[in-house]
Amino acid sequence: MVRHITRLIISAVVFTAPITAISQHESHGEEHHEEVENSHDAQHQETLHENSHEAGHGDSHHHDDEHGHEEKFVAGDFIMHHIADANEIHFFGDVSVPLPMIIYVEGKGLDVFMSSSFHSEHGGHGGHGPYYATGPSTGVEYTKDENGISAKDHGEEVAIWDISITKSVFGTLMILTLMILMLRLAAKSYARRPGQAPTGLANVLEPLILFVRDDIAYPIIGKHKADKFVPFLLTTFFFIVGCNLLGLIPFAGGFNITGTMGVTIVLATLVFIITSINGNKHYWGHLVSPPGVPFLVKFIVVPIELFGIILKPTVLMIRLTANMSAGHIIILSFVSLVFIFNNSYGAAGGVGIGVFSTLFMIFMYFLELLVAFLQAYVFTLLAAIYFSEATQEPHH
Amino acid sequence: MELLNILIEITTGQGLAGLGAGAAAIGAGLGVGLIGKAALESMARQPEASDDLRANMILAAALVEGVALFGIIICLLVALG
Repeated sequence: MVRHITRLIISAVVFTAPITAISQHESHGEEHHEEVENSHDAQHQETLHENSHEAGHGDSHHHDDEHGHEEKFVAGDFIMHHIADANEIHFFGDVSVPLPMIIYVEGKGLDVFMSSSFHSEHGGHGGHGPYYATGPSTGVEYTKDENGISAKDHGEEVAIWDISITKSVFGTLMILTLMILMLRLAAKSYARRPGQAPTGLANVLEPLILFVRDDIAYPIIGKHKADKFVPFLLTTFFFIVGCNLLGLIPFAGGFNITGTMGVTIVLATLVFIITSINGNKHYWGHLVSPPGVPFLVKFIVVPIELFGIILKPTVLMIRLTANMSAGHIIILSFVSLVFIFNNSYGAAGGVGIGVFSTLFMIFMYFLELLVAFLQAYVFTLLAAIYFSEATQEPHH
Repeated sequence: MELLNILIEITTGQGLAGLGAGAAAIGAGLGVGLIGKAALESMARQPEASDDLRANMILAAALVEGVALFGIIICLLVALG
C-alpha cells in the first residue's frame, strides 16, 4: 500500500506544480478589480511615500479617504492580499523568504531568478509596486503589479508562461515531502515489528488510515472493489489535512494551499479522471441512455446527466476552496476590525476591540481545526461516493 | 437623511453583495439547522445508529454548505469585481 501511496504522491507533484503556478498567474487577472487599479494609479505617488514611512507594515493597504481627512484602511484589499497566492513567503513586517521565479518567455527561453530581484521604482521592496525585474538569461523586462506578471521586450509585450514556485506550490511540495517521510517511516516500523502493536508515528497514523479505509472506502465502495481506490483516497485525505493544518499555523507564512483554486482543481480533476476511467457499462449506460425513461424525455435527462459528471468535481473543488478561504477570511476580518476601530476611534477603540477580536479569533482557530479535518473527510467521502457510483453493479 | 444615504448606497453599489451574503447565510443556517435537528432526534431515538447517522449528517451538511458557498463566492466577486 505504501508503494502505491508514494507513486501517487509523485504523480500528484508532477501534476500540481505547473498547474498551480499557471492558474495563479491567470487568476491574478480575474481577481484584480478596477477600483483598486484606479485608486492606485491616482494615488500612486502618495502611497509610495506613505509606505516608505511604514516599511515595517508593508502589507496594510492604506489610501486616502474620499473626504480627504484621514487615511483609510481597506479591509477587503488587505484580506485578499493575504489569502491570494504570492511569490514570497511573508512572515511578519519585513521578514519574508523569496521564492524562485521560473518564467518561460515564448521564443526567448527560460528565466530563473529569485523573487527578491523584483524592486520598486525607488529600488526598495516595500509598498504596493509595481515592481520591476530583468530576466537574467533573456533580458526581458518583467513588471509585477495587481494584474500579475507581464513581460516587455524592448517595449513590446511578449507572452510568458509563469511556472514559478509560488507560495502554494512550495507549501504543496513541503507537505508532500513530509507525507512521504512520515508514511515511509510508519511503513518501515510495521516491517520491522511484524505482528506487534504499532508504536510511535505508526501508532498516530494508524487510526487515520484505518478510518479512511474502514469508515469511508469499505462501506461506500464495497470491500472487494475498494482496495483499488484506497491509495488515492488516503493520499488526498492526508494531503488535504496537511495543507489545511499548515494554513492554520500563525506566523508561518499564512499558507492558503487548499484555498488556492489551482490545487483543488487538480484534486477534483484526478477524481474526475479516476471516476471516468473506472466507470463500468452500468454507469455509462445509465448516463447515456437511462433505462425506463420515455424517449423524448431522454433529450432532457441525458444532457443534465452529462453536465452532472462535470459539475460534481467542480462542486467538490469549490467546496474545498471556499471553505478554507472562508476560514482565513474570517480570521483576517477579526484582525482588520482592530485596524478599522483603531483608525476611527483611536487607540482605545483598537485595544478594546482587540480583546474581543482575539477571543473570537481563538474560537475561530478551534473551529478551523475541526473544519480542516472535516473538509478532508468530506472531500474523501464524496470522492468515494463518486467512485462507488462508477463501479456499481446492476441489481435489478 | 442618513437612512436615505444608506439606501442609495445599498441599491447602487456593493451593498447588495452584503445582502446576498446574508441571504446565503440564512439559507445555509436553515439547512444545516434542519439537518442537525433531524440527526439529533434520530440519534436520540436510536443511539445504536449514531455512527451511521453522523456520517450522513456531515455529508448532507456539506452539500448544503456547498450551495451556500456558491452564493458567498458570487457575492465576493460582486463586492470586489
